Amino acid sequence: MSDGNKNFVLGVFDDEDVLLKAIAQVRQGGVKIHEVFSPFPVHGIDDVLGYKRSRLSIAAFLFGLLGTTLALTMQIGMMTVDWPMIVGGKDFLPFPTFIPVTFELTVLLGAFGMVGTFFVVSDLKPWAKPRIFDLRITDDKHIVAVDLDKNNMSEADIKKALADAGAQEVNNKQFD
Amino acid sequence: MHAEAVVRKPLVTGGKTVHDVTEDICIRVEQAPAKSWYAAMAVSLALLGYGAYAVFTLVWEGIGSWGLNKTVGWAWDITNFVWWVGIGHAGTLISAILLLFRQRWRMSINRAAEAMTIFAVICALQFPLLHMGRPWIGAIWALPLPNTYGSLWVNFNSPLLWDVFAISTYFSVSLVFWYIGLVPDFATIRDRATGLSKKIYGTLALGWDGAAKTWSRYETVALVLAGLATPLVLSVHTIVSFDFATSVIPGWHTTIFPPYFVAGAIFSGFAMVLTLMIVTRRVYKLEDYITIEHISLMNIIIMVTGSIVGVAYITELFIAWYSGVEGEQYAFFNRALGPYWWAYASMMTCNVISPQLFWFKKIRTSIAATFVISIIVNIGMWFERFVIIVTSLHRDFLPSSWAMFYPTWVDVGVYIFTFGLFFTCFFAFAKFFPVINMAEVKSIIKATGEKKK
Repeated sequence: MSDGNKNFVLGVFDDEDVLLKAIAQVRQGGVKIHEVFSPFPVHGIDDVLGYKRSRLSIAAFLFGLLGTTLALTMQIGMMTVDWPMIVGGKDFLPFPTFIPVTFELTVLLGAFGMVGTFFVVSDLKPWAKPRIFDLRITDDKHIVAVDLDKNNMSEADIKKALADAGAQEVNNKQFD
Repeated sequence: MHAEAVVRKPLVTGGKTVHDVTEDICIRVEQAPAKSWYAAMAVSLALLGYGAYAVFTLVWEGIGSWGLNKTVGWAWDITNFVWWVGIGHAGTLISAILLLFRQRWRMSINRAAEAMTIFAVICALQFPLLHMGRPWIGAIWALPLPNTYGSLWVNFNSPLLWDVFAISTYFSVSLVFWYIGLVPDFATIRDRATGLSKKIYGTLALGWDGAAKTWSRYETVALVLAGLATPLVLSVHTIVSFDFATSVIPGWHTTIFPPYFVAGAIFSGFAMVLTLMIVTRRVYKLEDYITIEHISLMNIIIMVTGSIVGVAYITELFIAWYSGVEGEQYAFFNRALGPYWWAYASMMTCNVISPQLFWFKKIRTSIAATFVISIIVNIGMWFERFVIIVTSLHRDFLPSSWAMFYPTWVDVGVYIFTFGLFFTCFFAFAKFFPVINMAEVKSIIKATGEKKK
């Protein structure tokens, strides 16, 4: 996601265990990390980066609740209120027969609502133009990006902190 | 940190590095396809073309072109529908249930299995759609939309309508699950591609940048989707079984149907996954990613679900006898010893006996034996649906209306159409999409690679 910043120092890692230790170490040394980029999910990275647990599961629950309400309203509205008709000896309000459709719509809206929210909060869209810090991010390297404009430390100190923490390479990256 | 029990076999062999995974999988997308791919695609398109002619005949002439009669009003259409839906189940099971159970062996096979789910459900949808006679109207009438006849709504008491909701939800959620998994891999292809490919894969990748924050949200999404899809997997075939179980036809209205159908679906789904994966691993040289261990574990699932199906058959027979209901008893007697005994015998042999061979490790770990048995299981599961549907209908309550069902070329042609559709879609997927979930496999290289233990 672009936030307008242009000057970064990148620490390149190829081992996730070294990466986790390095993140903890450089943060302790006072370096503010802009973001870490990985080719695959690294477990435990949320904790060392200080990220809070995602609330997308709450979104899923709320959208699921909407699905339940919609399904029950639709079925009761059609079968009980608008056109009450006894079918197969069942009542005007045959609640047990409403369960399958209610369940399916709960799952449908829960899943789609959550995924839609994920796309919105993560800025994922077909026309998105992501800032690629290093092409190897989607191949085999983990990149720790440090924003020079948002750190009080000098560039040399940041580079040293990353190298001391085990970075294989320390590079500069500038965006236009 | 990473810890793995020593008794576990490596899930990725050949000493692969993370970069090797990118190279091995992306190269299939980037290079021109092999001659064998063109040959396979040509056969699929030929089946699709012939089948399309059968579909055209069906729509042009109507359902009378099928071999149905007054007694047997449902035959190959619903048999094929239930069979295809069942095949789809393994994909979602592998992505959802095995994800919740933290089974890491699913990672090499989930992508192709999910693709199989999508294509199998598309094939299944053809049958209810086409059997409506005028599908362009029928498809709309199946939805709860206001229509020109006033306040006439769909019947929410009908299991056939529950099917509409179950299958469409299943299809949509499976599609989303599959696509979410593809996004990081599309980004990998995007970052290697040039020109038009870069634009296409860039659009599909939705601007994925691999940020830790996005990965964190992504994992939450995957886990919650798995939690939502797990009961969905179980509910879909349960609801499909309600088409029969909520009726009053002897041989159909049995309470064992929901779990028995679900087990059968997983059984046939895994068999189809194996058929496809054995071919894919050979053609694309993916032996290091889809190992004998993967095949053996899938065979164990086939063995377990096959045994559940076997127990269900025996339970059905026992309950028919124990119920003391004459119609029920006759339905099962007629199934086993009536004019369709050969279908019943095929079902029993293929589904109950053949998977038991997987108790032997030599057979369980043999590629050739697995391939043959996987096809036998799918034939058996088709016969299971045929037996349930046709043998329960062809001799109804009135002996004067007893009849046999003989399929016409249109019945066969529409089935062939779905095979053409399925394999055309699968081969196109195998060429243009990464067949193995690179991001997930990369995450287990260190923990389960043979050299890194």
